[in-house]
Amino acid sequence: MWLSSLKNLVRSLAVLLVVTFATFSLMFGNAPGIAKAVLGLAATPEAVQGKVVELGLDRPLLVQYWSWATHAIQGDLGRSFYTGEPVSDALASRVPVTLALIVIALLLTAVLSVILGVTAAVRGGSVDRALQFVSVLGTAVPAFIVAIALVLVLAIRWPVFPATGYVSPDASLSGWAASLVLPVTALLIGSVASAAQQFRSAVLDTLGRDYVRTLRARGIDERYVVFRHVLRNSAAPGLTVLSLTMLGLLGGAVFIEQVFALPGMGQLANASAQINDVPMVMGTVLVTIVIVLVVNFLGDLAITIANPKARAR
Amino acid sequence: MTINPETVGPEAVGSAPAVQPVKRSVIGQLLRNPQGAACLAYLALVVLIAVSAPWLAPAGPNVTDLAATNAPPLTAGHPLGGDSAGRDILDRLIWGSRQTVVAVLVVVVVSVLLGVIAGLVAGFYRGRFELVASFVTDVIMSLPGIVLLIALYALTGPNIPAAMAVFGVLIAPTYYRLVRSIVLGVRNELYVDAARVVGLSDLRIVGRHVLWAVRAPVIIQSSFVMAAAIGIEAGVSFLGLGDPAGASWGIVLQTSFNAIYNNAWAVLWPALVISLTILTLVLLGNALSDVLQSSARSKLLSPRRRHALVAAADRAKKTAPVADSALVGSSDDVVLSVRDLRIGYPTAGGVDEVVHGVDLDVRRGEIHGLVGESGSGKSQIAFSTLGILPREALILGGHVLLDGEDLLADSRLMLAARGRRIGYIPQEPMSNLDPSFTIGAQLVYGLRATRPMSKGEARRRLVELLARVGITEPERVMRLYPHQISGGMAQRVLICGAVASDPDIIVADEPTTALDVTVQAEVLELLRELSRERGLAMILVTHNLGVVADLCDTVSVMKDGRIVERADVEAIFESPRQAYTQQLLSSSRRVELMEI
Repeated sequence: MWLSSLKNLVRSLAVLLVVTFATFSLMFGNAPGIAKAVLGLAATPEAVQGKVVELGLDRPLLVQYWSWATHAIQGDLGRSFYTGEPVSDALASRVPVTLALIVIALLLTAVLSVILGVTAAVRGGSVDRALQFVSVLGTAVPAFIVAIALVLVLAIRWPVFPATGYVSPDASLSGWAASLVLPVTALLIGSVASAAQQFRSAVLDTLGRDYVRTLRARGIDERYVVFRHVLRNSAAPGLTVLSLTMLGLLGGAVFIEQVFALPGMGQLANASAQINDVPMVMGTVLVTIVIVLVVNFLGDLAITIANPKARAR
Repeated sequence: MTINPETVGPEAVGSAPAVQPVKRSVIGQLLRNPQGAACLAYLALVVLIAVSAPWLAPAGPNVTDLAATNAPPLTAGHPLGGDSAGRDILDRLIWGSRQTVVAVLVVVVVSVLLGVIAGLVAGFYRGRFELVASFVTDVIMSLPGIVLLIALYALTGPNIPAAMAVFGVLIAPTYYRLVRSIVLGVRNELYVDAARVVGLSDLRIVGRHVLWAVRAPVIIQSSFVMAAAIGIEAGVSFLGLGDPAGASWGIVLQTSFNAIYNNAWAVLWPALVISLTILTLVLLGNALSDVLQSSARSKLLSPRRRHALVAAADRAKKTAPVADSALVGSSDDVVLSVRDLRIGYPTAGGVDEVVHGVDLDVRRGEIHGLVGESGSGKSQIAFSTLGILPREALILGGHVLLDGEDLLADSRLMLAARGRRIGYIPQEPMSNLDPSFTIGAQLVYGLRATRPMSKGEARRRLVELLARVGITEPERVMRLYPHQISGGMAQRVLICGAVASDPDIIVADEPTTALDVTVQAEVLELLRELSRERGLAMILVTHNLGVVADLCDTVSVMKDGRIVERADVEAIFESPRQAYTQQLLSSSRRVELMEI
């Protein structure tokens, strides 16, 4: 178990290096483009060249990446090309918003999709077909369109919740909760639809196993067969579903933050990308990758713990 | 983005589903499927509108009419109203469909080219390429694509086709995984070997045989990828990363959303068009997999349909010839009897009956062999006496009587009998123990479910019984997980689990087939001893006449869902009356001779 965790850790670090280097070279490779974007289209070639040197973009890419990476380890992600604000400061205020959004959505997705998926698999029949139908709809309609529909109905037509904006939990806990209701709901619909579908197949798969038939034949009540044995054995695929869901939520949050004007990481990335504020974008990419790797690592660890065969190793 | 072709589709990518060869043209088959035909018609309309935009809206997407600023629908000359700059929304959506079609084409071309070629090469040649490609694939798939798309905006600028090409690269792994796993499967098929032997070049083999096998899954997958592409294109435009001068569904949505307080209607149209088109592609994908991989879909029916099928089968019931003999219904010492049992499975055309009116009697302490070839229906009978048939199975008629009470008629009686009075020993020991619980935990739990007693008491009895079934260190084995013990031990554990609750009869489904020959004899001996000690009756399902001769008192011979002969074991071996039984006997003797 320790060995496999160590292997996972090494692998995660390798992925971190590869992906950050790839994005870094793609983004910083276009030095004159960045300088021109910072200076405006009217800049003279001399001014552009001067800016390139000033921003340190004339150095070889590997050197630039090395300097970025060594600083990043110490928590220094550079400064915005425009405002001079340290990237880490900007992220420190943005990341909690996004994390709150996706962690709440993830927990609710886990609860709801387990209930729906298990019910559909065990009950079958019309309950199952209803869930299948709804989940096709839920996965097909993009999260930002669901969000717009929610704004239209619950913020504009019947103003129950605020349409946009974010309230810090320090300022008002109930205001914070109210500002997250619609964004979380918008994320939930798609993620519950797809996760419930996958839970359903995981449970159906376990229900079809030989040992489930044997347990039934031994006279164990169907409820206990499902809740004790089937759920336990569906835990590993279930955890995989949840880590994939987390990934989907991280992407979906970018759009949701845009619709609800939430000052999160995705909004920062989007706004910075449009003005070519490369250090800022690079910072958000780094945080996103770290979140993904941590989630995957924890997911793998949980799967290992849930499986006696893997635990023994 | 929450649209992920992996989760939208009915088949998870990476598993190689059983794909029927594409016989007729895909389009032709699809048009015969109502859902598929409707989806195709809608998509054809979208493409047609995109192509003919210059004629449908000759003024172009950017003509402003100040009078139409934020106009509601059905304003003169603007059927869907105007946006915040006074531009006609319908015209903009018509022109926007061009960008959507282009975006989808770019994504599909890039991702299919990359993913399918890489998948073919990796699956066919394997080696280092496969290692690298699979690593890259894993990395790409573990990242949220939209974040990378935003990051690469620095490179592409407000250029939707370029962004879509990047998205094509990001989604190519879904094709790669699909194609690679199929090619790995096909690679070792005989026809590919044959082609190699004949001396065809690798290129010809891939072109002729392998591409053929991946065709249908790639077509299905493409439908889901297109759906994802439309979502991403609209989303990226909505974020403001598109070309602000152009028109696209996403940009129309963004403009309308920014003016949502002035004209809520304007949001509706682009949202509707985007959602409907994505939904159509998802439904098309489902229809495609119905048409191309119909076998991969489960045929679980609704209760109403099941009742209808059973009723229909009852009306059509052929009066089965009951070859009655002295062994059926002759004794009042019978524990379990099966009467006129008929079992079927739903098919496309109705019901396929696999067991046609079987009668069977087992007396107290008697070991009754149920022999026949695989597929003759013997396991179906065994399962139905315990009420553990697969969910899709239909009991078309008949009775299972335990001491005269019909278990099939009342599910409560069945539940009360199952495990308590009828025990079950399965065929494959390793797959019949729950891998997540220790042996002790599952045995104790099972025993206490049927006989109320304390945990300690259950443990004590089970340790005793484990020792009785031949497990040397029962205390230690109780603490082990199923993967830590051998197949023979696992079968002893399962026998212990079946016997622990003191049933009257045991149904053993090929209890020795999966075991080593040396262990087989020991397990048979154990079953014989247990039957004697406890006065246990037993139904022994087997295809092995040696086992029957060794263990059974009486025997029923099954063929094609019917019992063709039943007799005492000596009688069958000395003078088989039925031609089929003679055939079965002589073929098994031949096998024995060959083994000597």
